[in-house]
Amino acid sequence: MTTKPLLEVEGLKKYFPVKKGMLGRTVGHVKAVDDVSFYVNEGETLGIVGESGCGKSTTGRMLMRLLEPTEGKVVFDGKDLTSLTSDEMRKTRRDIQMVFQDPYASLNPRHTIEKILEEPLIVHGIDNPKERKKKVREFLEIVGLSAYHAKRYPHQFSGGQRQRIGIARALMTNPKLIIADEPVSALDVSIQSQVLNLMQDLQKEFNLTYIFIAHDLGVVRHISDRVGVMYLGRMVEMAASEQLYAKPLHPYTQALLSAVPVPDPDYQKEQILLAGDIPNPANPPSGCTFHTRCPHKMDICTKFAPQLVEQDSGHSVACHLYSDQVDNDIKQMEGSL
Amino acid sequence: MDERKTVLQVKDLQTTFFTDSGEIPAVDHIDFHLKEGEVLGIVGESGCGKSVTSLSIMGLVPKPPGKVVGGEILFEDKDLLTMTETQMRHIRGNDIAMIFQEPMTSLNPLFSIGNQMTEAVLIHVKSLSKKKAAARAIEMLKLVGLPRAEEMMRDYPHQLSGGMRQRVMIAMALVCDPKVLIADEPTTALDVTIQAQILKLMRDLNTRLNTAVLLITHDLGVVAETCERVIVMYAGQIIEEASVKMIFEDPQHPYTKGLIQSVPDMRYKKERLYSIPGNVPKPGSVLQGCRFATRCEFAFDRCLKENPELYETSDAHRTRCFLYDGEGVGMHDNKALAGSRGIEEIFPG
Repeated sequence: MTTKPLLEVEGLKKYFPVKKGMLGRTVGHVKAVDDVSFYVNEGETLGIVGESGCGKSTTGRMLMRLLEPTEGKVVFDGKDLTSLTSDEMRKTRRDIQMVFQDPYASLNPRHTIEKILEEPLIVHGIDNPKERKKKVREFLEIVGLSAYHAKRYPHQFSGGQRQRIGIARALMTNPKLIIADEPVSALDVSIQSQVLNLMQDLQKEFNLTYIFIAHDLGVVRHISDRVGVMYLGRMVEMAASEQLYAKPLHPYTQALLSAVPVPDPDYQKEQILLAGDIPNPANPPSGCTFHTRCPHKMDICTKFAPQLVEQDSGHSVACHLYSDQVDNDIKQMEGSL
Repeated sequence: MDERKTVLQVKDLQTTFFTDSGEIPAVDHIDFHLKEGEVLGIVGESGCGKSVTSLSIMGLVPKPPGKVVGGEILFEDKDLLTMTETQMRHIRGNDIAMIFQEPMTSLNPLFSIGNQMTEAVLIHVKSLSKKKAAARAIEMLKLVGLPRAEEMMRDYPHQLSGGMRQRVMIAMALVCDPKVLIADEPTTALDVTIQAQILKLMRDLNTRLNTAVLLITHDLGVVAETCERVIVMYAGQIIEEASVKMIFEDPQHPYTKGLIQSVPDMRYKKERLYSIPGNVPKPGSVLQGCRFATRCEFAFDRCLKENPELYETSDAHRTRCFLYDGEGVGMHDNKALAGSRGIEEIFPG
């Protein structure tokens, strides 16, 4: 595996304005994604986990510029995507494809599967009609369906089959990177494992790089090489998946992992129950956004937001508990005041 | 032996939906019981009939097209199916209460929490004054761990978060001290950290109030953490029933085994997930033979022709599979069946 990052994200932000009153004046911002940086190496799977409203889907959409970032850089294959014109961006999307959560909503009900799968090829001007039709049938077989399914409509398929079609559509243009946003969360357990296995097989076959966005920690561990944990628009911890699950550093990650019900009645675990709910992202707490629910809250946490700093090799965490960081953070903040 | 009294007994229940494309037996001859203070889980994938079972108990099956066509549902020895709508209304809430997956759609957005809570109290205890009803409502809100309960009485559903709404639903369900609480996917719409709070609350309330809980879920993790006993459903039938410990230690039905193996485990990484081939059958599409036969690794001729009954394989463990038919092929031992491949190959890990 090469270690060259295929995608590098730096200081990505998305602020949605909150408008009020008759004149629609902007009275504040929802910081959906606030200063997120990460990279993805070629051929690996980066998992992004977090609860609803943490900004994981917004991040995914910004990478493809389905949403325009407020600030930050997205460097893909040496090019900064945020500086491309929309026309250039459209061409680049040939290399970055997306698989969506809801296989019911993401396939046009009035188009046949053939038309759905052929469309990305037409958009990008790939092949002639005859070759395209051949390719559609070929990819249907690759994702575990049959060539004769090409003439059918989406409603004639089950949820799992539709997700296979969604994956086939993403593969049609022979992309390098696939962003999968909750691709299995709408599926039943027995179907979920089929789709996960398929995605792993395809990764090997086509040397794909995945960004896998999900809320299910078990699924993310299974498929990811590295995992990033998001909370209220920020990346709070990032590590190789083995490392993260064996030794979570951030109190939020610890609580999150302990909250997942384990299918084993004999398994004794120490459950860290977080009090309260996720705060409103339009009015996030000061300092570290997690301090309102954190069992290890210190004074500094309410004042300064911790930075994501590498602790062990490849294991970064944004938390004041990892103390040598605290002094730096204070200095840095005082410097900027 | 379990000395507790049975509060709810479902006997040979059949609920069928009569649609344009034919009759769909959503619940197909189901038997089970629920004891006082017990937490019983019903687990299965979409379309297996777990929700229709709970709606049948509550008398809430939408009709038409649905209809309970056979069986008995005995609550304290009275058959709910023969009751009039007025009698049923008295049972619902007073004796058997239900909470649903999506708390937002179960609460009326136009009325305050206090209004809806006191209404629930007054419907069932008509003699109570409004003031006393409100006091009871506040008491219940406190019981489910909601802070500032008095103020919350004035709040509207949209002002609460998903977790808080589900707590309100639980408070409302428990307001008349029911003997049975049916919870249909109560945490599916919630985030994991909130799910953990709600599950803990349900366990605590079960111990404190001794309310029997029928928990319907698709999540095996939730079952393992919450239930004492579990029923696995597939295509409208019970295919296995056992204590939670036995289901995970010694799952017998090939479907149960496959389901447990399919779940990615957060504690360690499996190289590859086991996956059950094929799809969940559409309700009503498999009518002959074992419902699972077409997806089963162990299926043999008999499975395609006859539907197996629930065999009692050990104390309180029932399995609907010919592998456990004492007089049948006599293959209690899975290894014999898997033959040269070995069981580990089929169910790795």
